[in-house]
Amino acid sequence: MSGLTQAHSVVAPSTASRRISGAIVIVYAIITMLPLLWIFATGFKSQSDAIAYPPKVFADPSLQGYVNLFTTRSRQTPEYMASLPPPETWYDELVRKQNMVIVGPSKFGARFMNSLIIGFGSTFLAVFLGTLAAYAFSRFRIPLADDLMFFILSTRMMPPIAVAIPIYLMYRELGLSDTRLGMIILYTAVNVSLAVWLLKGFIDEIPREYEEAAMIDGYTRLQAFRKVVLPQAATGIAATAIFCLIFAWNEYAFAVLLTSGEAQTAPPFIPIIIGEGGMDWPAVAAGTTLFLIPIVVFTVLLRKHLLRGITFGAVRK
Amino acid sequence: MAEVRIDLVSKAFGTIQAVEDLSLTVADGEFVVLLGPTGAGKTTTLRLVAGLEKPDHGRISIGGRDVTGLPPAERDVAFVFQQYSLYPHLSVYENLAFPLRSPTRRVPEDQIKATVTRIATMLRIAHKLENRATRLSGGEMQRVAIGRALVRRPSIYLMDEPLSSLDAKLRGELRLELKRIQVELGVTILYVTHDQIEAMTMASRVGVMEEGRLVQVGTPREIYENPATVYVATRLGQPAINLVPPSVLPQVATPPGTATIGARTEHLDIRRADGGTGTGIVARIEHLGDQNHLHLDVAGHHLVTLTESDIALDVGDRVNLDVRGALFFGADGRRIAA
Repeated sequence: MSGLTQAHSVVAPSTASRRISGAIVIVYAIITMLPLLWIFATGFKSQSDAIAYPPKVFADPSLQGYVNLFTTRSRQTPEYMASLPPPETWYDELVRKQNMVIVGPSKFGARFMNSLIIGFGSTFLAVFLGTLAAYAFSRFRIPLADDLMFFILSTRMMPPIAVAIPIYLMYRELGLSDTRLGMIILYTAVNVSLAVWLLKGFIDEIPREYEEAAMIDGYTRLQAFRKVVLPQAATGIAATAIFCLIFAWNEYAFAVLLTSGEAQTAPPFIPIIIGEGGMDWPAVAAGTTLFLIPIVVFTVLLRKHLLRGITFGAVRK
Repeated sequence: MAEVRIDLVSKAFGTIQAVEDLSLTVADGEFVVLLGPTGAGKTTTLRLVAGLEKPDHGRISIGGRDVTGLPPAERDVAFVFQQYSLYPHLSVYENLAFPLRSPTRRVPEDQIKATVTRIATMLRIAHKLENRATRLSGGEMQRVAIGRALVRRPSIYLMDEPLSSLDAKLRGELRLELKRIQVELGVTILYVTHDQIEAMTMASRVGVMEEGRLVQVGTPREIYENPATVYVATRLGQPAINLVPPSVLPQVATPPGTATIGARTEHLDIRRADGGTGTGIVARIEHLGDQNHLHLDVAGHHLVTLTESDIALDVGDRVNLDVRGALFFGADGRRIAA
């Protein structure tokens, strides 16, 4: 051994490898985030800037897209416009500059509300049912447990859209077409298998002794489940809830097929916002931006759990 | 506190007979230790008493009440698990208060506070009450686990190797503490261990288990001095009892039918043999500090005994053995009276 030999860790990455991996992460982040940034920027462009060629990276900011998203408007003659009293609000003024008047709210608010109710409703149901089922599979001797678990998983072995026609016909017969309840049931059914499998893994990791100790200490099994198992499974439940919500929130195919009016969610609604002479791209971009907010907030709130949850069980504590 | 009776209880898991026709009575205020190696059925016995397992046959009663079919919550027992099983999402205080807050008990909050504080002080963890249960050392966690049992006054405390995951020093300390608490409070304890020192030092009575059966029950002294079988004899004593065929020690007068002589340290008297006439050769000397382990080679058999640390023997020396009061066992392993 020469005196020049330097001690270096075999576990910690070297400076060079850290730089390379850092660069890869940054490039990948740019590629993934660029479309999102473009959508965000387009939401604040005017109609003409949005479709300009070559594309305008920087344009005069405009709230026209957001105003169009939330309103329905009609074009009027210059004589009529002149006869109106002065505009009362900033968005009135913005619309009138294009020789139009606001005739009422758009359907975006209602569609967004549908998305919230159906997304969070089905997520809650899937996680609730999934937790109970996973606990049962984890703790009780259930006849044919392995086969049942496989059966539950098998519902995810084909794309859900493969059964779209039967579901469409069934829903029409049952009167569930274009209802919020119908969509909640459908998304719950798709998500519950994921929830059972994910949560069983988490609950298996919680030692039985905790419940046994609680039951000896005077608690019933259900009370022990609530007081001891649920708090410790919180991480897994949060992670599962995020996955379920992302699916239900973004789901497009069934939403197009089964909802058209009352229960329509935002995903099929946003792309068909038509303005004068074609797509109203700023309004579409504005709708998409707003549509991203709830899931970003939900994920950020549960982020700590999510990170721990995905890696949970990899290392025995 | 109350008497606990286990009557001819059996329990099998699939094809494995974990406990077989086990009968044991733990008297009020008694400290009974079940001793045996891993897989002997000790823990299963404890879980049967707790109600965490249902027996295939037999009857368990606590304080004269048949509890065989009752769920754990209705048996009035407390359990200390081997792996602490502290609730990681709760503080030390909340862990200790957890049994008192059970819906079946409804202890008022000020009384809970008083009890928890008293027990925490007794176990010297009062300064850790606000800590997360997972932020403690092993010894502290084990104290909390014991404390969680002690906040209640159940008919019986069931303890499953509560000290086994601690280091030797802590184990020694907690052993004394546990015994002191038991005497002080006069509580009944059924305790499971594979550690003979714990059995010897704490138990009012020891039950030795082998493959699901209770082989012998008695005071530690009885078990040590009068083991019923070879198996029981090997469970107690440090170094372990030397088991040799009679031919190795021809100087010993054996009763008829003797297949094995059991000689403990105190049965052996070793003298240096002059002129190379001795029957044994010193094979190795282990210095323990205050004493030595002396390994002897006698007619091809290996014997271990304790000696004073200043013994004037060296490896290769020839020695003579005098044997006094050894134990004799028949071919079936049963004890034969001398």
